[in-house]
Amino acid sequence: MYSRKEVFKKGMHDAIPIMLGYFAVGFSLGIAAKNAGLTPFQGFVTSFLGNASAGEYVAFSIIAAQGTYLEMAIGTLITNARYLLMSASLTQKIDENTSLFHRMLVAFDITDELFGLGIANIASYGPFYMYGAYLMAIPGWSLGTMFGVIAGNLLPGRIVSALSVALFGMFMAIIIPPCKNDSKLRILVLLSFAISFLWDLIPFFQVVSSGTKTIILTLIISSGAALLWPRKEDDNA
Amino acid sequence: MHNTWIYIAVMAIVSYIIRALPLTLIRRPITNTFVKSFLYYVPYVTLAVMTFPAILSASNSMIAGLAAFVIGVILSWRQASLLQVSVICCVAVFIIECFI
Repeated sequence: MYSRKEVFKKGMHDAIPIMLGYFAVGFSLGIAAKNAGLTPFQGFVTSFLGNASAGEYVAFSIIAAQGTYLEMAIGTLITNARYLLMSASLTQKIDENTSLFHRMLVAFDITDELFGLGIANIASYGPFYMYGAYLMAIPGWSLGTMFGVIAGNLLPGRIVSALSVALFGMFMAIIIPPCKNDSKLRILVLLSFAISFLWDLIPFFQVVSSGTKTIILTLIISSGAALLWPRKEDDNA
Repeated sequence: MHNTWIYIAVMAIVSYIIRALPLTLIRRPITNTFVKSFLYYVPYVTLAVMTFPAILSASNSMIAGLAAFVIGVILSWRQASLLQVSVICCVAVFIIECFI
């Protein structure tokens, strides 16, 4: 058995690259937050509590468009729906005697990257490993966002314009590599690009905000893919 | 005019509930194939829909945005890291906008 202190330190150590990456992603999110009119402190709080790049980006675009609170709730639900699956997968790895309190704490920062660490290590090291990782990841993420908002206010317009594509670059780096070895994903991503593009061309849809557009297209296209190409048990998810 | 803090609170509460419910309630694996498949495909569709064509109007110039998109797709396909793709897309926009 490892002591709590040992696993906590190991978690911190393992999460150093995540902290650096999160600072960079958080920074570009901060540019989006600034464009939506948020203050640096509001950016900090959003990232501290939100912990999701796509989810927060949708949130910022809904704030920018002054959408309804219901739209915010549904938009967050859809863009973060995959964390439901990740949280469910973690239940299969975490010690079944883990208390409700520790389960609630572990749940706080389930993200793509920290889920990756968790799924590999939580069975051996327990919740305190995750807390160590969270202690690195959360400040990297939320301070990155705060500095992004500040920089967006200070930097010249030309630099802010260039930084505005940073988040899209990261999105592409997430969705495109898995397409190399999976022709279904390849079709799915191309189809999503195309349908999203066509949507913007149709004047009738212009009244719908971009957050709602994302929700509607995600529901329709993902459901279609799930019906057409169900994932088998042994497919990694 | 809506209150930004209420937006943030709604986002935070929904985000937390999504993460906490399965971990605190479910003790058995999800077996429904449709639900599993749907959740698997969601991130790809969401991120793709949000990226294109929004990237075209993100920066000051649509040509620069298009270049960033093409460069981003190519670099990602060649397995460049998240940070590399992102930084090079920004640099491409900056350079192109210097000439426009």
